[in-house]
Amino acid sequence: MANELLLSVKDLRTWYELKKWGFFHTGHVKALDGVTFDLSHGEALTVVGESGSGKTTLIKTILGLVPATSGEITFSSHKLDGKTSIGWLRSKVGFVQQDPYGALPPFMSVRRILLEPMVINKTGTSIEREQRIREVMEEVRLLPVNDFLSKFPHMLSGGQQQRLVIARAMILRPSLIVADEPVSMLDASVRVEILELMRKVQKTHDLGVIYITHDLSTVRYFSERVFIMYAARFVEKAEVREIIHNTLHPYTKALLTAIPDPDPENANQYRDVPAGEPPSLVKPPSGCRFHPRCPVRIEGLCEEEQPPAFESSRDHFVECWLYRK
Amino acid sequence: MKMILRRLRELRRYPSAVAGLVLIVVFIGLSVYAMIALPYGHAIRLWRAPPGVWDETPLRAAPIWFDWFTRDKLPRTIIVSTGDAGLKRVEPLEDGRSRIEIVLPFDYDYDGFPSEVQLFTQATFEGTRTVITVHWRTPTGEFMPLLIPPVNPRGTRSIRATDTLYISQDSGLRTLLGRAPEQGLFMDRTAAIGPDGPVPVKGRYELVLVGEVLEGADLNAKLVVFGQVHGLAGTDHRRRDLTVALLWGAPLALAFGILGAIGANLSTFVLAGIGTWFGGKVDFIFQRITNINMILPLLPILIMIGQFYNRSLWLMLGVIIVLSVFSAAMLTYRAMFLQAKEAPYIEAAQAYGASNMRIVFRYLLPRIAPTLLPQFVLVIPSFVFLEATLAVLGLGDPVLPTWGKIMNDANTNGALYMGQYYWPLQPAILLMLMGFSFALVGYALDRVFNPKLRTV
Repeated sequence: MANELLLSVKDLRTWYELKKWGFFHTGHVKALDGVTFDLSHGEALTVVGESGSGKTTLIKTILGLVPATSGEITFSSHKLDGKTSIGWLRSKVGFVQQDPYGALPPFMSVRRILLEPMVINKTGTSIEREQRIREVMEEVRLLPVNDFLSKFPHMLSGGQQQRLVIARAMILRPSLIVADEPVSMLDASVRVEILELMRKVQKTHDLGVIYITHDLSTVRYFSERVFIMYAARFVEKAEVREIIHNTLHPYTKALLTAIPDPDPENANQYRDVPAGEPPSLVKPPSGCRFHPRCPVRIEGLCEEEQPPAFESSRDHFVECWLYRK
Repeated sequence: MKMILRRLRELRRYPSAVAGLVLIVVFIGLSVYAMIALPYGHAIRLWRAPPGVWDETPLRAAPIWFDWFTRDKLPRTIIVSTGDAGLKRVEPLEDGRSRIEIVLPFDYDYDGFPSEVQLFTQATFEGTRTVITVHWRTPTGEFMPLLIPPVNPRGTRSIRATDTLYISQDSGLRTLLGRAPEQGLFMDRTAAIGPDGPVPVKGRYELVLVGEVLEGADLNAKLVVFGQVHGLAGTDHRRRDLTVALLWGAPLALAFGILGAIGANLSTFVLAGIGTWFGGKVDFIFQRITNINMILPLLPILIMIGQFYNRSLWLMLGVIIVLSVFSAAMLTYRAMFLQAKEAPYIEAAQAYGASNMRIVFRYLLPRIAPTLLPQFVLVIPSFVFLEATLAVLGLGDPVLPTWGKIMNDANTNGALYMGQYYWPLQPAILLMLMGFSFALVGYALDRVFNPKLRTV
């Protein structure tokens, strides 16, 4: 696996402006507020966070669908500043969405859906395009290909629809795939199947993958590293094994505690999960954003100052004053 | 596209839609027939009715089918002319002149009297005019002169190169017969008049015209006995055969309706899509134009233009389209597009690099198009009716024969007052059928494309 850098994100901020009556500026929703990470070629990483923590905004910013307010995104050593054309980026990044039915235009056939990205990016002759469609469909196991080509999305099952979405993301031979909760809307029975398919595809083509989820239990199927996101920031970044066996951040601990475990004993046990709810992103708490809910906060420090990322062990970063050096 | 075709095939399940489609096909066939049988220029000329075009049609005659519902056999128009061989006899006289005797016979076996009798003459002469005498022979053997003093003091008449004898308007004849000549000439005046009024005598009538002309000069005549019924649709106050206007009304109404629907409805749809997608200023401007446009009254503006500028059908259509682009439908479509533009597949299309225009035309519009189709079909008759409304209000195209124009003529000429129901009713029925056909198809389409409307 090459360790060459594919994507580098530095101190990325995406703020949505809030307006009153359509023109009075009243503040910002800070959906992404200082996010930094690197992704190597062929590496899969997972971003875990609850609803409203900024996961989807992160993906949209990387895809260029939402302009970044500040910060730096470098993709294969090209800097994306939102000013120069990002046309070339379109064929390098594949996008897998959450709702497979919504992600497919209901009025296009499977063939048309797979053809569109190639037509738009003007790749190949019509024969090559046809060939590529078959290749990709075989890869995501939409077989026999001929049976599927003229079908419409509503004629496919949920799992087949998501395979088609993956096929569409793959069709331009990207080097990075971003997947926004790709299995959260699927039946439990096909989730693992889809995740394994993505894993297989990733391994075969040496793809970088950013996998977004709110479900920690699917992480281990997939990636090397996990980023825990809370209120627009990564609070903990580590390898999967590390984060499970050596959980550092109080929020990560709470998340892990909240994973349901099918043990009858649990019915009688009280789980110590922090009270409260994620903070408003318009006016986030001062200092560490988790401090109002944190069971182990340090009075006088946590509410005053934003903790930097401490490297507690190799490649294990945590934004928490408990681990200051 | 395939999906739309598949849905269209579903229409077959609705008998009303099939009936509507059949009607539409009939109207289209009628239009094609009209355009082939009566080319545009010809139809316009006929409708403008220059002298000589409608000489042989009766005035305000009922359609032939009217006869099917009456007890009596109503007279058709009879034309006899010297064009038919053997009706003209030329006898040379000693002094280099010749005597031309024209006998115009015809068989009359109708139960009603003709509406008018006219004799058209054509003569070539040099210097002095040709002098003629005209006689009338009835089946009972009566032989009487038609040129009666004091209108024709000597019982003769000198004619111009082309001349017309309005026999039924001849006051001398009227006085002699004691009633309208077209009745008096066709009845047995010696018999007693029955309780149902006078009845015509059936049999062979003859009109005998004698003239003395110089050598080489010629004399021709044509007798027209106007009937009470004419053609499939009857005639109007200018003797025009209404079939012309009823036939040509179909393509004009269809063209007006369809062009109006395309111009107004489709452009509204596309503009709403563009405005919603780009949002911001574009959307704001479209919204404001729509708001202003919605309070502008369409009909008064059209009446104003018709009064002060021009009444051309196509100008009216243009104005209607311009005023309808930013109509209330804009708001309806906008609401649909606002929802559709949030679909994840549009975000996906952006992610793989689709341009704005591609997203609007390939991703946004097709999503809503199925709901547009029934709307589009239903809006066609409203434009057809609008055209008819303008024509009835007297703002119709002065040249084009449209259905609305016939109704306007019927109205201004008191057709209903005079019992000529066929005159306004025929175009009205055709208009209703056209509206009906599109409505049938439109509502069925609505049921096909909006399954919520379906009853189980």
